[in-house]
Amino acid sequence: MPEFHRPSLKALVPIAALYILAGSFASANADAVPGITPTGILLGGTHPYSGPASAYGVIGKGIAAYFAYVNDRGGVNGRKITYKDQDDAYNPAQTVQIVKGLAEQDQVFAFFNTLGTPSNLAIRQYLNDQKIPQLFVATGATTWGADGVKYPYTLGFNPDYQAEATIFGKNIVAHQPDAKIAILYQNDDFGQDYVTGLQKGLGSKASQIVKMASYEVSDPDVRSQMATLQGSGADTLVIAATPKFAVGAMVALGQLSWKPTTYLTNVSASQTAMQAATKAGGAAATDGIISDAYTLDPTNATQANTAGMKLYRDILAKYGQGLDPNNGFILYGMAAAYTMVDTLQKAGKDLTRDKLMDAALHLNEKNPFLWPGVELQTSPSDHFTIREEQLIHYNNGVWEPAGSVIDARK
Amino acid sequence: MIYRSMDVINFAQGEMAVFTTFVAWQLMAQGMPLWAAFPVTIVISFVAAVALERTVIRPIERAPQLTIVIVTLGLLITFNGLSGWIWGYELKAFPSPFPTSPIRLGSVSFSSQDLGVIGVSLSALLLIYLFFARTKLGLAMRAAALYPSEARALGIPHGWMLALGWGLASVMGTLSGLMVAPIVFLDPNMMQSIVVYAFAAAVLGGIDSPLGAVVGGLTLGVALNLLGTYVDFIGTDLRLPVAFAIIVAVLVIRPSGLFGRPRLTRV
Amino acid sequence: MKTFALAAVVVAIVPWLLPQYIAFELAYAGAYAIAILGLVILTGRNGQISLGHGAFMAVGGYTVAIAATRGGWPPEAALLLAAVLCAFLGGIVGVVALRLSGAYLALATFALAVSVAPLLKRFKEVTGGSQGITLATAHAPGALAGVLASERWLYYETWLVAGVLFAASWFALQGRLGRALRALRDNEIAAVSFGINPVIYKTLAFAWSAAYAGIAGALIANATAYVSPDSYALQLSITLLIGAVLGGLGSMWGAIAGGVIVEFLPLWAQTINPAASSLIYGISLIVVMIAMPGGIAGGIQRVARTLSRPRGGSQPERT
Repeated sequence: MPEFHRPSLKALVPIAALYILAGSFASANADAVPGITPTGILLGGTHPYSGPASAYGVIGKGIAAYFAYVNDRGGVNGRKITYKDQDDAYNPAQTVQIVKGLAEQDQVFAFFNTLGTPSNLAIRQYLNDQKIPQLFVATGATTWGADGVKYPYTLGFNPDYQAEATIFGKNIVAHQPDAKIAILYQNDDFGQDYVTGLQKGLGSKASQIVKMASYEVSDPDVRSQMATLQGSGADTLVIAATPKFAVGAMVALGQLSWKPTTYLTNVSASQTAMQAATKAGGAAATDGIISDAYTLDPTNATQANTAGMKLYRDILAKYGQGLDPNNGFILYGMAAAYTMVDTLQKAGKDLTRDKLMDAALHLNEKNPFLWPGVELQTSPSDHFTIREEQLIHYNNGVWEPAGSVIDARK
Repeated sequence: MIYRSMDVINFAQGEMAVFTTFVAWQLMAQGMPLWAAFPVTIVISFVAAVALERTVIRPIERAPQLTIVIVTLGLLITFNGLSGWIWGYELKAFPSPFPTSPIRLGSVSFSSQDLGVIGVSLSALLLIYLFFARTKLGLAMRAAALYPSEARALGIPHGWMLALGWGLASVMGTLSGLMVAPIVFLDPNMMQSIVVYAFAAAVLGGIDSPLGAVVGGLTLGVALNLLGTYVDFIGTDLRLPVAFAIIVAVLVIRPSGLFGRPRLTRV
Repeated sequence: MKTFALAAVVVAIVPWLLPQYIAFELAYAGAYAIAILGLVILTGRNGQISLGHGAFMAVGGYTVAIAATRGGWPPEAALLLAAVLCAFLGGIVGVVALRLSGAYLALATFALAVSVAPLLKRFKEVTGGSQGITLATAHAPGALAGVLASERWLYYETWLVAGVLFAASWFALQGRLGRALRALRDNEIAAVSFGINPVIYKTLAFAWSAAYAGIAGALIANATAYVSPDSYALQLSITLLIGAVLGGLGSMWGAIAGGVIVEFLPLWAQTINPAASSLIYGISLIVVMIAMPGGIAGGIQRVARTLSRPRGGSQPERT
């Protein structure tokens, strides 16, 4: 039998002692605020850079560009922001592990714009238990606002999907009281929030929803669902779908020669999507569609001269090489980053996590990247961040405002 | 084709197809007209697949089946990651060689796109069938797959036959990618839902029978749509599980698929 | 036996040498190792391929989640329930699988994996639908809670369960059971002619591996403190298979290597380049498989054999 030197177990003891000693030195400085040094702020985040939701990964890049811009101008109260953003592939188990690593190993100050409803649900309890701020999460689920009391360290950003659908519902009641309504929705929290919101907005007229059809993210297309919905005789359609499927739905409208009054979720209302639909399905597919907006639209020519749009393009020119300025997700990222910087600013020079939360819950902000008139407000009793939207309709290849900004709170 | 020659499914088929479709997109974005970009891409796809087989697959040709499976899975992940890294994940519109106006027959209208896709697929299958049945090279490939030792004895280079098989399979994949991209829009994850159904259809029809693949595909597609629309309990969300359950039931009755040949082993 | 004892010591010490969050990640590695061990038994030892074991992990995870939140069950008891339930379901799948092999079996199990998410969403009154279920954060029981942080507790719990299951498997496979499974894999017709009943053994292999996957799913659900359909996509079943083959289908130690790899390789790929992480992961897989077609365990065996080759003298080689 070959001789081999088995390491003596006794040798491990001094090694172990050294590790434990080293570890205790690292955490000896317990008074310092995690993630804060005299010159820097460390923020953590997760976005899906791979996997089924990877189209949203580009949001992280928009955030990075804005932070680079702010850092170059001296940072926030003299501190530069470092944003450690990692890929969780939209898998909640992965998100939990990454967040724990960022919180315990990297000692981030706070989490910002973590993306995805399941991902955020998975980390919410832990972050609230550890009293680590979970700010401006990138999802429109209603729970961030609705459960604010139970989870005081968590704050949303997007107008919630229910609010958007409620606005649609109210509009239907106001302008088409006898409508027969059909809805195409994604079979998950996003789609189902829509259904709930629509029913709320319709109120007593919710019974006028004649058909609901869902699809799975794993489906190749939604053509059979659209055929089913057309068969129900509805004259009003709500599309609660992510871009790939929304475009498919609009194209189907053209192919089926079906012309209901159509409401489209703002998640899929980018010019890229609309143009793709028009190209494949003809003008019939997209003309007259109603949606809503709360951020500026880089592809909207009428907004090109607003201060916010100019700032956006300037920042991208300098800090966002390789990024496509027409991608609305990037602008969304900047809008969120603006709010984060605003909150950090208001929290003052003497930064602690509690001070950050205090600032975050007393926001009354005019964000240059939001649609003019849309405001961002929070208060300790109102954890909803943005609840206003501007109705828009698609006319001859352009989104035009339709009426004034509507507040879903009312 | 790959299954027939190597007894292994190439899991990367879909992702390789997407990658080559992106290449076509890139060519057209740089100004190449559609009727030139498509053939060029097909040639690139063939050459690249042959090269891939010779470099990556050759070392493990004799390795256990599952090793090869993992390597093809690795290729799947690699190509998917590569497509995303180079071209990003935003949806891209993809031009179609067919007109967008629908064709009407009585009260039913068909999308020209759909008809075009069917037409192209059937032609491609016919060409492949003719290639295998009527040409010398096709015969050589079939020999190498079914009777490897005898074929070698006749001087047919086994390795290169496999490589050719990969090349042809890649071309078929690219073709399907080019046809499908205008409908579902181009992004790195475009083929994933389709591959699921393709795999199911292929196995349903019998994985070593080309006729089975076609029949399987049609049956599956029709069944899925009918089930979803007309059986309320199933609705649109349970289509997939129910369809798969039916397939499994069919397989239990006919373990080699509808048209597959049962494997005979010498005892 | 000596290796087992040494391994046990290493496992016991490790969480005190490393930061807490790595202990947490190692807990996941341990859970994956359990599921992969199931596959090593089913696919490696018994030759039946499965692309669907993620489904059993889902059953295990949701069993714990529902039992804990609706029934107030302690997680450990729920673990047992998950194992039993999955064994039962695995047995059913095993019976269906009796007629199938190769690509056809792969597809049937694949069907399981893709059906999980739609089914979970459909029965949302029970499963919480796409919002999932949130569990209470796991912590060490009673008196230990003061001494042991939750991450380290999870680590020990997972690796203790893993140790028990590994030992149990090792013993079970030593005797007739192990030989029967292997015989059925190598040549089913011959095995049957020797009187080995394929129905019993093949179904048993499925039930056994399903139970392990269920336990793994339960442990992970406990650690994550959250379950949702997104955690159980097709990707998971493929990851398990990758782990099994990469670790080495021939040996139980391979399952541990596999578990560690599928947990840490994606995390490592991210540190290299977050944008190209799946690219790096894919290439690593290919390179490792080409270099070591027998998986890591196979590679180590080859190296060990080379090292133990007699130099000069005529010592008999140890098998």
